[in-house]
Amino acid sequence: MKTAFLLLFILMSCSRREHKLIQNKGSDTIVNLAQAWAEEYKKIKPEVAIAVSGGGSGTGIAALINGTVDIANSSRAIKEEEKAQAQKNTGKTVQEFIVGLDALAVFVHPSNPLTGLSLEEIACIYGEGGKCESWSDVRAGTVVPGCKENKIIRISRQSNSGTYQYFREAILGENTDFKMGSMDLNGSREAIDLVEKTPCAIGYSGMGYITKNVKALCISGKAGSDCVSPSLETATDKTYPIARELYMYTSGEPSLEVKAYMEWTQSDAAKEIIIKSGYVPVPKK
Amino acid sequence: MEVKLTEAPVLAMEWRKKKSNKLKSEIAIEFIIKVGGYSSIVLILAILFFILKESYPFLMNNFKFDEFFLSTNWNPASVSKINYGILALFVGTLVVTCLSMLLAVPLGLACAFYISEFCNPKSREIYKILIEFLAAIPSVVWGFVAIMMINPLIINTFNVPIGLNVLNASIILALMSLPLIVSVGEDALRAVPETYREAAEAMGATKWEVATRVLLPAAKNGLMAAALLGVGRALGETMAVLMATGHSIQIPQSVFDPARTLTATIAAELGESPKGGEHYQALFAIGLVLFILSFIVNLSADYLIRGRRK
Repeated sequence: MKTAFLLLFILMSCSRREHKLIQNKGSDTIVNLAQAWAEEYKKIKPEVAIAVSGGGSGTGIAALINGTVDIANSSRAIKEEEKAQAQKNTGKTVQEFIVGLDALAVFVHPSNPLTGLSLEEIACIYGEGGKCESWSDVRAGTVVPGCKENKIIRISRQSNSGTYQYFREAILGENTDFKMGSMDLNGSREAIDLVEKTPCAIGYSGMGYITKNVKALCISGKAGSDCVSPSLETATDKTYPIARELYMYTSGEPSLEVKAYMEWTQSDAAKEIIIKSGYVPVPKK
Repeated sequence: MEVKLTEAPVLAMEWRKKKSNKLKSEIAIEFIIKVGGYSSIVLILAILFFILKESYPFLMNNFKFDEFFLSTNWNPASVSKINYGILALFVGTLVVTCLSMLLAVPLGLACAFYISEFCNPKSREIYKILIEFLAAIPSVVWGFVAIMMINPLIINTFNVPIGLNVLNASIILALMSLPLIVSVGEDALRAVPETYREAAEAMGATKWEVATRVLLPAAKNGLMAAALLGVGRALGETMAVLMATGHSIQIPQSVFDPARTLTATIAAELGESPKGGEHYQALFAIGLVLFILSFIVNLSADYLIRGRRK
């Protein structure tokens, strides 16, 4: 996030008067992708500077409502009340662009013997009222080497994260909260780093952040059914149970520069960057 | 008429007054210094006013005393029942601050004594630069040190499930406040007149006796100020503790349990909360609690130091 601010600062100080500046803010899941896009776009259209910063989907949408950004990135769909608020504040209707797909990976330490979990088992670990406190509660006989007391360390995200909100809805449903006592980190990168160093831990993030030092689990919709690993293919054909859309929102009819940029994000060059960043391009209809 | 001798000083002062009236630069400087002095008061009042203003609607409408102070359930994003309870956060802040000071104050003061009294002048300069360099490390970097280095170290050394906990945060905070404690403590020791040391040494006191019997009482107030500045540093830190405590809402049962602090909660959540919303106001209420907390710390420090002087 800090680097994003720094980048924003540099971009702002570099941009001269004749440069068009597009303010782009929001989801930490998308921030790397948006930055890669912005850099590539600068090569094509040097007169347009795109200032990208993170902070979380909620932060981006809040900025859109307040009218301080041109494009808000979000890893969850905008809520109806947020749309209405934006309409009230700025007098413009929010426009939605689906820029890519992301499989939400659930991952554990490599020494964890589990290879897959069902959605119910994940809900048992994370959800309020879930009884899974130790790894053997999840599946009888599971022992994680190097993990004291076999205790599950739940790693979650801060509550303005789109990943947090999507994960809650997808795993726990509309009306259930996360169990108290999870470690609420403020970035996907931190979640990965922590799981990498902690045998007891389980965490979740966008697929793009997964490194080879953590083990992404294979997820099954129901206990007993075949599980699916997160990948480009399984996210595209929607067989992976927790895949989601990644959004960009603009306020009202986008200006010429913003519109040109949004169109460019659907080009083949932009799609290559999506794949490189670890996400999935929107399949052509 | 003869000028009486006794009137001479009065006349001289009047002459000086007249002359100084002409010096506009002096008036200007006096004014600038005055503004500098008053500005701190104005700033503090402005901050207090701002925090009060933002948290006022929450305190008046949705504030439930027992929920706010006695519930451990802080869940502003809940889909079933939104709850603002700061007990766990409050305890987290206190525990982390106290433990970090238990680590940092003895170490910091010992370090100050060593640099000021025991080591030779050449290595003193090197030590000072190194210690001050510690202060230049940004807090996010400390956070990553907590996750990537201290976390696995604690897991392996103490054989516990998670290394992001009270102990980790205390170590990080101790390291962060160390440079402040050492620098201010060292200055306090340097400020003790050389004649004290010479007198003690002339009486046949060893270096150790000079340090503990002469310098420690003589520099007591300054050393206390050093420790309290450290407390302030630890109490106010956000980013590093956010990462090092594990940011988990629970009352820690041991130093190996994760926790969450008041400051980290504000840092993590203020960006998301729509301005003027209930969550936003509740965060400002936390800010008010922190303000009062630091006020109490400073006030008691002042009281202690004054008490000693009498």
